Amino acid sequence: MGRAAPWIVLALALTFPLAMQAEHQTYYLSFASRIFIYALAATSLNLILGYGGMISFGHAAFVGTGAYVSSILLSEGVASAWIGWPAAVAASSLAALVIGAVSLRTRGVYFIMITLAFAQMVFFLVNSMKAYGGDEGLSLRERASLGLGVDLGSDFAFYYAALAALAAGLYGLHRLAHSRFGRVIQAIRENEERAEAIGFPVYRCKLVCFVIAGAAGGLAGALLASHGKYVNPNVLHWTQSGTLMMMVIMGGAGRLWGGVIGAAALLGLEDLIANHRVDWLAAIFPNYQQHASLGVGTVLLAIVLFAPQGIAGMLARKKHA
Amino acid sequence: MSALLQVENLETAYGASQVLFGLDLSIRAGEVATLLGRNGMGKTTTVRSIMGLTPARSGVIRFRGERIERERPDRIARCGIALVPEGRQIFPNLSVRENLVAFAENRSATRDPWTLAKVLAFFPGLAARMDNLGGRLSGGEQQMVAIGRALMTNPHLLILDEATEGLAPLVREEIWKCLATLKAAGQTILVIDKYVERLVAIADHHTVLSRGRVAWRGSSAELGADRSLWHRYLGV
Repeated sequence: MGRAAPWIVLALALTFPLAMQAEHQTYYLSFASRIFIYALAATSLNLILGYGGMISFGHAAFVGTGAYVSSILLSEGVASAWIGWPAAVAASSLAALVIGAVSLRTRGVYFIMITLAFAQMVFFLVNSMKAYGGDEGLSLRERASLGLGVDLGSDFAFYYAALAALAAGLYGLHRLAHSRFGRVIQAIRENEERAEAIGFPVYRCKLVCFVIAGAAGGLAGALLASHGKYVNPNVLHWTQSGTLMMMVIMGGAGRLWGGVIGAAALLGLEDLIANHRVDWLAAIFPNYQQHASLGVGTVLLAIVLFAPQGIAGMLARKKHA
Repeated sequence: MSALLQVENLETAYGASQVLFGLDLSIRAGEVATLLGRNGMGKTTTVRSIMGLTPARSGVIRFRGERIERERPDRIARCGIALVPEGRQIFPNLSVRENLVAFAENRSATRDPWTLAKVLAFFPGLAARMDNLGGRLSGGEQQMVAIGRALMTNPHLLILDEATEGLAPLVREEIWKCLATLKAAGQTILVIDKYVERLVAIADHHTVLSRGRVAWRGSSAELGADRSLWHRYLGV
């Protein structure tokens, strides 16, 4: 993206709710918030997957931990987002520290499997917590409260909160990627042994990166729980990790905007297929709207085949062409 | 003067396959030393053992008086040993600037450290390529980045493993000139290469390996004078 593009995107994002309110289209306000939250989660995964080369199949564990910790606090009467969200971030960071400390001692397919296994352990743990809904999930009476005269109960205010969190996440990733630590992480992705032989403690650097990603994933989880005023164990399921991974791959792994573009493309595509009937397509495939995943899968396949660096990579290539 | 690097009775194996058998090596500060030998004689393994990348099975490696044979590779590098590995191995998706700057440190606490400006003065050809990705450079440019990256850590000891391999003759000459300049500046260097004539001109002493053992050790004058050694151990 050019230098002006992020500011244009930000300006559009800032004015979007005003346009939606004028059109009385609150559904799209809530939908956009959902995209921002998933974009934050995908961006956090992009840090370890795209920049760090760590193919984690357990990122849902951190998103889910954040969602559950903030939800449990809310259900216990701790409504303040200033307590609930940092607690979610801290819990997800701790989970990432523990899972990363063990998983990062492995490589390749073993790393994928061990992160998946850890995430499933957390999934079954949450499933067994009957006091907090078990497999039926936990409904919340209200969203977290931000105070300062801001009512997060309104979709309008929540939209801006989610946007602020995503903007902070993207800015953080940008600064991190261009820092010395970020360069080392990318060097480790390219040649671990060489990075170590130059004098960088590979394991420690990867673990720090993993914990930062877990923390951001936890914040996304806390926002997700507040957004829907409901959380269930599916947020921790391995398919959720797969969805986040698809977002990163579709958007562009190792690219700043990869997670955002991927989340917007995937959720947008799902919504488009499920909620906007195309008559000529329905004439050929009568129940096609019930199979949105098939359409998403086809698009993902096309991206992997024709734009292996994702949509962001494809856009960057066109710009340089 | 005590040795900067002292390797004693080094034995290294890859699983059941032993490669080094009681190897000794000593380099003093300011010297340029070489490790010579045909392919598969254990030169790269020696370097990998010094760097901790292939840990020694037994033996002692002392660097600046401290034992390092059980240290992790990153700690060994931080002691002030920089390796320019075989095949260059620069980071292909980092720019030249990033390859150089990301790893800059003054590990030898020198008063006149290598900086980006100094590296670019040393390798002027890199200045125009600063924003290019490492993978887009020619072999010679990649080698310059690899050496520059090592120098940016301001090492006590610089190790070059086959630094001129696969390079065009003119580029190779550049590298030899650079090494001569570094030597004149007092940089301690251990070189592995197959251009014996050049090494005789630049190095102080040589260690020839044959099947993981030291087959011959001597000065440049001795190696230069005895061509039968070249033929016997180096296949020249």
